[in-house]
Amino acid sequence: MSLRKIFNEARLMLLGIVIFIWTLIPIYHLFVMSITPRVETFAGALWPSRPTLENYETVVKQGHYYLEHFWQQLWNSAFVAVMVCAITLAIASTATFAISRLRVRGGRLVSNMALATYLIPPAFLAIPMYKVMGVYGLLNTQWSLILTMVTFASPYAIWVLKQYADKLPYELDEAARIDGASPLQIFRLIYLPLMAPSLVAIGTYALLLAWNEYLYAFLLLSADKDITLAVALGHFLTTDDAPFNVLMATGAVYALPPAAIYYVFRRYMVSGLTAGAVKS
Amino acid sequence: MVAVLDVQAGEKAPGRLSQEAVWGLIFLVPYIVLFLTLVIYPVGYGLILGSNPKSYVRLWTDPVFTRTIVNTVVFLGVAVNIKLFLALLLSGFFVHEKRWIRWLSVIFILPWAIPSIPTILSFRWMLNAEWGMLNSLIFRLTLEDGPNWLLDRWSGLGMISLVHIWKYLPFWTLILLAGRLAIPKDLYESADVDGASGLQKFRYVTFPSMRNLYITCTLLSTIMSLGDFNSIYLLTGGGPADSTQTLATLGIRYAFGMSEVEVGVTTVVVALPVMLPLLVLMLRRMRKGEQP
Repeated sequence: MSLRKIFNEARLMLLGIVIFIWTLIPIYHLFVMSITPRVETFAGALWPSRPTLENYETVVKQGHYYLEHFWQQLWNSAFVAVMVCAITLAIASTATFAISRLRVRGGRLVSNMALATYLIPPAFLAIPMYKVMGVYGLLNTQWSLILTMVTFASPYAIWVLKQYADKLPYELDEAARIDGASPLQIFRLIYLPLMAPSLVAIGTYALLLAWNEYLYAFLLLSADKDITLAVALGHFLTTDDAPFNVLMATGAVYALPPAAIYYVFRRYMVSGLTAGAVKS
Repeated sequence: MVAVLDVQAGEKAPGRLSQEAVWGLIFLVPYIVLFLTLVIYPVGYGLILGSNPKSYVRLWTDPVFTRTIVNTVVFLGVAVNIKLFLALLLSGFFVHEKRWIRWLSVIFILPWAIPSIPTILSFRWMLNAEWGMLNSLIFRLTLEDGPNWLLDRWSGLGMISLVHIWKYLPFWTLILLAGRLAIPKDLYESADVDGASGLQKFRYVTFPSMRNLYITCTLLSTIMSLGDFNSIYLLTGGGPADSTQTLATLGIRYAFGMSEVEVGVTTVVVALPVMLPLLVLMLRRMRKGEQP
């Protein structure tokens, strides 16, 4: 082990420590504040003198004005996320099957349109989308949020899935056709099973996108019983004397499911979602 | 039914083609309907709402708007470039094949994996001038009051950029890391044989192979960061006195805060002359990358 090697190792370690601290600072702060008793809220201490779970208890028992509908809102977040995931998968997998495997006429145009849509920042469409949802009579229903999120999730889904679909050998489809399989059977028995890994990646992507959405959720929904947990968290900001410790505890509960889901499907996510960008 | 399909599949090209074409359309219809009703219609609606000349006059005479344009340009210029440069450097760190670095990469991805609302609110509280953790710490160490992090235009924008970078750095690092892993190993081996230093290897092997990807990432990240609503709205709320608004938050402020819907849409339409060329450029690059 030469001196140079030790020096390099030490340099890596140092960088590693910096990355570690940088990444965890706000997460640590969130956690510390969520276990800080209310009387110590404004002490700004690095660690509370009496760590407590009382804030989590307040959340679970819906023991605060801001949290009256906590469980309902948690359910709303889950419902919206699952619906967005399912509908995005259905729309994107059928569309890419038509474009890539059946080579339907105009398919290229559709995939170009989808790609262009992917490049529109969602925040820029907020006002017209709100108006349009009003026209459709969907305002203040969760379907407005679900359909909006599907609109923003499916272009990327189509782009990624199409690249995987293009790589599947066409001989498989040909062989199935010779055996008399209909396009529907090819879709169900060949396409979907072979696409499973990238479908998992895209499903996770859509699920997290919907669960994490704030802007559209807060524009399109208003009743306390309809809003998602993200909007409920934002409500804490409407007053200056908001119970920040309870807010942080709610935030921790809200952040846990997507983190868990991400880590469960991490294998698929990294390879599935980065593949598209790398080739360019 | 199976028999019918068999017959059709066994027929010559025309019959089979039409069956496939019909199925192709059926499979494509859901997305086309979604696209027409929830992309084309709102975009068209927006363009009509944003076509009132009065809104443009209103915007150009509003000092908040001109300030917002400057903010947006500064935010994009600073945050996007620092973020991608750091991502490029960090991709060189995570490329090392060590056990502890693999573990660190699992932690490193957290900001991207968890929702931004709780973490941005955590930042907001930590940076609070009176009772935030950061200023408490500064006070304990120096016995002086720390700065008003979020109550000044430039430090507010700085903190917005910091939060934005914190949130999106992992994603871009992953993308650039994947690009780095795609560089053939023997290029480095022959550089080693030639006695190249680390810096030389970066300059002559790594960077030339990644330049294209880096530019694509910069363009894509610029477009996406233009739409970053959360980092601004949840950290400073565009304040103090609307001094840290960007285009993403200003439109919402006009439309929903001040009930000036047309003006709100116009703020976005004003960005189109800059955005559309970016979009077209990006579209070309992404299409090209798709067919290797």
